Amino acid sequence: MNDAAEPILSVRGLCKKFGALTVAQSVDLNLESGARVGLIGPNGAGKTTLVNLLTGVVSADAGSILLGGEAIDKLKPEDRVHRGLVRTHQINTLLVENSVRDNVAIAIAERERYAWRGLRFTRQWRACLEEAEERLHEIGLAREADREVRHLPYGEQRLLEIAIALALKPQVLLLDEPGAGVPSTEAHIIHEVLDRLPSAIAILIIEHDMDLVFRFAHEIIVLVQGMVLTRDVPEKIAADPKVRAVYLGKCVL
Amino acid sequence: MMATSEHSAPTGAAGLRNRFQTAWHVLPWLVAIVFFFVASGYLSLGTQIMIWILFAISLDLALGYAGIVTLGHAAFFGFGAYVAGILTVRATGDPLIGLLVATALTGLLGFVTGILTLHTKGVTFLMLTLAILSMIYEYANRAKALTGGDDGLQGMSLDPLFGRFEFNIFGHTAYIYTLVVLFLWFLIAWRVVHSPFGRSLDGIRQNPRRMRAIGTPVWLRLVAIYTLSAAMAGSAGALQAYATRFVGLSVLSLFTSGIVAVTLILGGTKRIYGAFIGVTIYFLVQDYTAKIDPHLWEFVIGGLLIAVVLFLEGGLMSLVDSARNGLARLFKRSNRT
Repeated sequence: MNDAAEPILSVRGLCKKFGALTVAQSVDLNLESGARVGLIGPNGAGKTTLVNLLTGVVSADAGSILLGGEAIDKLKPEDRVHRGLVRTHQINTLLVENSVRDNVAIAIAERERYAWRGLRFTRQWRACLEEAEERLHEIGLAREADREVRHLPYGEQRLLEIAIALALKPQVLLLDEPGAGVPSTEAHIIHEVLDRLPSAIAILIIEHDMDLVFRFAHEIIVLVQGMVLTRDVPEKIAADPKVRAVYLGKCVL
Repeated sequence: MMATSEHSAPTGAAGLRNRFQTAWHVLPWLVAIVFFFVASGYLSLGTQIMIWILFAISLDLALGYAGIVTLGHAAFFGFGAYVAGILTVRATGDPLIGLLVATALTGLLGFVTGILTLHTKGVTFLMLTLAILSMIYEYANRAKALTGGDDGLQGMSLDPLFGRFEFNIFGHTAYIYTLVVLFLWFLIAWRVVHSPFGRSLDGIRQNPRRMRAIGTPVWLRLVAIYTLSAAMAGSAGALQAYATRFVGLSVLSLFTSGIVAVTLILGGTKRIYGAFIGVTIYFLVQDYTAKIDPHLWEFVIGGLLIAVVLFLEGGLMSLVDSARNGLARLFKRSNRT
């Protein structure tokens, strides 16, 4: 971790309660550009809630979120996306009636805010389709470009989730269990794509698959009951008795 | 989707195919023009069909493309009809000004009700559309001085269109006027649904969460298309008022909302042209079977609807697709030999 670098995403004291249940308790989190940070923790630790808080799907009770030095906690989810904070979903969230190419092209059209500019749309849309084609090529889905998403195998749908997120040109990318539901025989495809993600993007990856996290992340944050237990390099996390205790079910708090 | 083949450059076989497709686009308008000359005894039926096609396209924009499940669309049709009717009786008989004002005011009604209701969805939204429809219906019923109440609005006398073309009892002017307005709205609708805006609506219908995750302001988009759809339905209502020179409470009834939905589902949603086929079939069946027995048409339409919903995903337009593809194959084969 480079201490001199200004963090692209900076979270301070983020809190959220659902009734009596505390899901985020004064969470601090910094991501520098190019960061590869893993977020792990037992079920119900509040990992996905943290993603929802960051993206604005759920509003926080307290705390601040700065993206590139600007406060974004008052912004609507769609505006945060336009600022460069992009997520993928744990469960595939795709336009299943559209082709693979259209799924990416629609995202590009949103990125370029073409929707309100109606006049030259034929050319604009063609440009979106061409860029989508390139994006699919990069991620290895070009063969499937014309296929309707509902007929696409699950593992490739996971890739499409990532391709759409990348098409939005994110500064910060939150990957919510990219490997979820992918059979182990196909997991290497996800691994390869993650390895080739553009190095400038700051990435926070939530994952249950420890192989994947320890391969990918340069740093790991352990979240327990909405609190950051520890943050360190993978080797130390693996050796940390507190972390082991959490995963083996012994109460340390 | 219809537009997917439109990206290919028009060279060789593709150019031939494009010309072939263009021919299909000309067909409905050609039929409408030929109809004017050969079936002058049926012009009022033709006008009625075109008005309802416009109304059905407006519903297609909201229901088919954007997935806004409404049963209150008659509110906009009826509101447009009453605005046009009341203007004609009280202010000006100019059918152009009347149409523009009715369209704009109905668009405004769509905008306001959309802002108030479109953050809800599913059954809640459905109930709200019904409530708004009932409120407007009841207002029209009570405001007898303005609307004529359940006697209907009478005494509309229209100025000639452009000061030249009288709205006569044969309905020549009404037919052409309706045809031109329908064509203009068709062009707008066609562009809208094939633009990035239209594609985002299709995305919202399928998965609003996905659209939010790529930065789409979902609610604003829905309000925008609802406003446009309302304005269009308001135009249809105004044309209806001009064609019959009468506005009755039935334009604001739930039955009217229901019928437009039936015609759209018969023809096929999300196609624009589905409205053309659904409405035409509906009115032809109604016209022919009503001569045999006044209640037979409801039975026939009901049966047709069940058959379409059960066996024809995509409505009657899917039959047209099959026919088109068959013809295209035949055409190709004969070209090769």
